[in-house]
Amino acid sequence: MKPWQKTVLYIVVIYFIFLLGPTAGLDIPRIVQAIAQSPSLLVTQLLVGLINGAIIAIIALGYTLVYGIIELINFAHGDLYMLGGFAALTVMGAFGMQDGAPFISAIIPMLAALLVSAGLCAGLNVLTERYAYRPLRNAPRLAPLISAIGVSFIFQNLGLFWGGLRSFIPIMGNTAAAPKSFPDLLPRTDIFQALGIQTKIDFTVKDLVVLVVAAGLMIGLNLFVQRTPAGKAMRAVAQNRDAAKIVGINVDQIIVLTFLIGGALAGAAGLLVGLYNNTIVFTMGFTAGLRAFTAAVLGGIGNITGAMLGGVLIGLLSALSDQYLSSRWTDAWVFAVLVLILVFRPSGLLGENLQEKV
Amino acid sequence: MLELIDVSTYYGNIQALKGISLHVEAGEVVTLIGSNGAGKSTTLRTIQGLLRPRQGRILFEGRDLQTVPTEEIVRLGIAQSPEGRMIFPRMTVLENLEMGAFQRRDKPAVIKADMDQVFDRFPRLRERMTQKGGTLSGGEQQMLAIGRALMARPRLLLLDEPSMGLAPMLVSQIFSIIQEISAEGMTILLVEQNARMALTVANRGYVLQTGEIVLAGDAKDLQVNETVRKAYLGEE
Ligand SMILES: Nc1ncnc2c1ncn2[C@@H]1O[C@H](COP(=O)(O)OP(=O)(O)OP(=O)(O)O)[C@@H](O)[C@H]1O
Ligand SMILES: [Mg+2]
Repeated sequence: MKPWQKTVLYIVVIYFIFLLGPTAGLDIPRIVQAIAQSPSLLVTQLLVGLINGAIIAIIALGYTLVYGIIELINFAHGDLYMLGGFAALTVMGAFGMQDGAPFISAIIPMLAALLVSAGLCAGLNVLTERYAYRPLRNAPRLAPLISAIGVSFIFQNLGLFWGGLRSFIPIMGNTAAAPKSFPDLLPRTDIFQALGIQTKIDFTVKDLVVLVVAAGLMIGLNLFVQRTPAGKAMRAVAQNRDAAKIVGINVDQIIVLTFLIGGALAGAAGLLVGLYNNTIVFTMGFTAGLRAFTAAVLGGIGNITGAMLGGVLIGLLSALSDQYLSSRWTDAWVFAVLVLILVFRPSGLLGENLQEKV
Repeated sequence: MLELIDVSTYYGNIQALKGISLHVEAGEVVTLIGSNGAGKSTTLRTIQGLLRPRQGRILFEGRDLQTVPTEEIVRLGIAQSPEGRMIFPRMTVLENLEMGAFQRRDKPAVIKADMDQVFDRFPRLRERMTQKGGTLSGGEQQMLAIGRALMARPRLLLLDEPSMGLAPMLVSQIFSIIQEISAEGMTILLVEQNARMALTVANRGYVLQTGEIVLAGDAKDLQVNETVRKAYLGEE
């Protein structure tokens, strides 16, 4: 971009912020006042943002891992996560779990739900790669992208269908499309209160569990990618596929592995969101998918740490916007970030373009 | 050790190799020289199984490689330092070398010992052990690419234009390392545009021209061959 084009762009962007800002809730005096009135609310909101962000990050990892390996934006990934939520809900139903069931009795059903949803999503993702993407590997890049959108529709309709199966969904809404309630199983014991600390900050055992599981998954993935031979092979394929072949890496196997891991993470995220928000709906994959994709781009698509950082940032932005800007405009703010990133730093916050020297 | 019989390789409809036959015996350094686009890299990629010949056979120690996947070919003992180095840019020098040993099932200690050997051969790489591959200079990347290939403990080493883009000093350094490796018993198939250097280190050579082998013989004979001198050594 030429300097003058950049300047014009800055002006346009600033103009829109000033124009849209107040409409979309960017009323700085009011925000300052709200924060001054109740700083603990800000902390609570930041914690909410952190937890939601961690879940977004886990979904974002699925986008980034796949993009890193085959440069495909797997548009079906968000919907895969939605199916993970339905799988988890079905397992909960099979165990007869209901709101407020004792935590101890919920542990085994939750672990079972994790296994089933992660396993199902991993399997579906691998099948998708095998039958929807692999045949198009040497086709123009638009082809697999369209294929991905098609798979996304299939998954959404699968979710809609699943939502209508009375025997599979413990508490039916009125219609198949209606949001389904997910049993509230994690204790809402306030941690600070239990510790005898006087504060207005809300932080419950439920929050902590979701945060710890999400963080655990991310740390686990990082260790896998950094330390294990298979993880290193994944990085090698992402960095130079021909070189990976030359050193004897079976690239097809690594691609399958990548879809497997990304799918499992999406399934886990589906369960976490069910447990955290206590409601799932067949369209949630689309919105969460867009946010996660934004997070992946924000962090630098293809970059694992970037996806984690991007997820947390998007989570924080959403939570703060919900509270201080305008919850109706939250999505707009999130996508404004996507646009700004694409315009000013297409490689993302952590994306580096280290080219090989010839 | 390696034998190509009437091998033809295509890129789509473009025929890049037009039925070439060549052989490399254990312990030899054989060079394949030719100008841009002659098909030298294509030959190496075909041997490695990255491209499959439409016609002809490739035998490695008597075994037909036709249906053998690349990773298995590496395990059988063929490693390559590819054209353009192709190191992993965001991996450290150490990790790049580790990846070279990806197909080996040896104990970590054995692999570590081999890595020390590579570092002894290329002290520059030892100094830059924890540096990302993409930040190395061209010469260092070339050393890394050769080192990475050696980490596979190959019996046949394929080198694709190791001197490309390097300063004359570095070129002679790389060639003396090739000689060293060969003196330790490695069989080498060396692809070069720098025919002069290649013919000094090689025992035998083949001249490739638009996908066909037009000349073959002892390196000494090729050095004095009229055609080679005119076309590839730039002499009148
Ligand atoms: N990926 C490809 N698709 C189509 N044609 C190709 C491809 N790679 C190489 N070719 C063609 O095949 C022929 C041989 O190419 P190759 O790379 O083997 O030559 P080379 O001898 O290694 O040349 P150089 O010295 O420039 O590296 C050339 O005509 C080239 O244009
Ligand atoms: Mg070449």
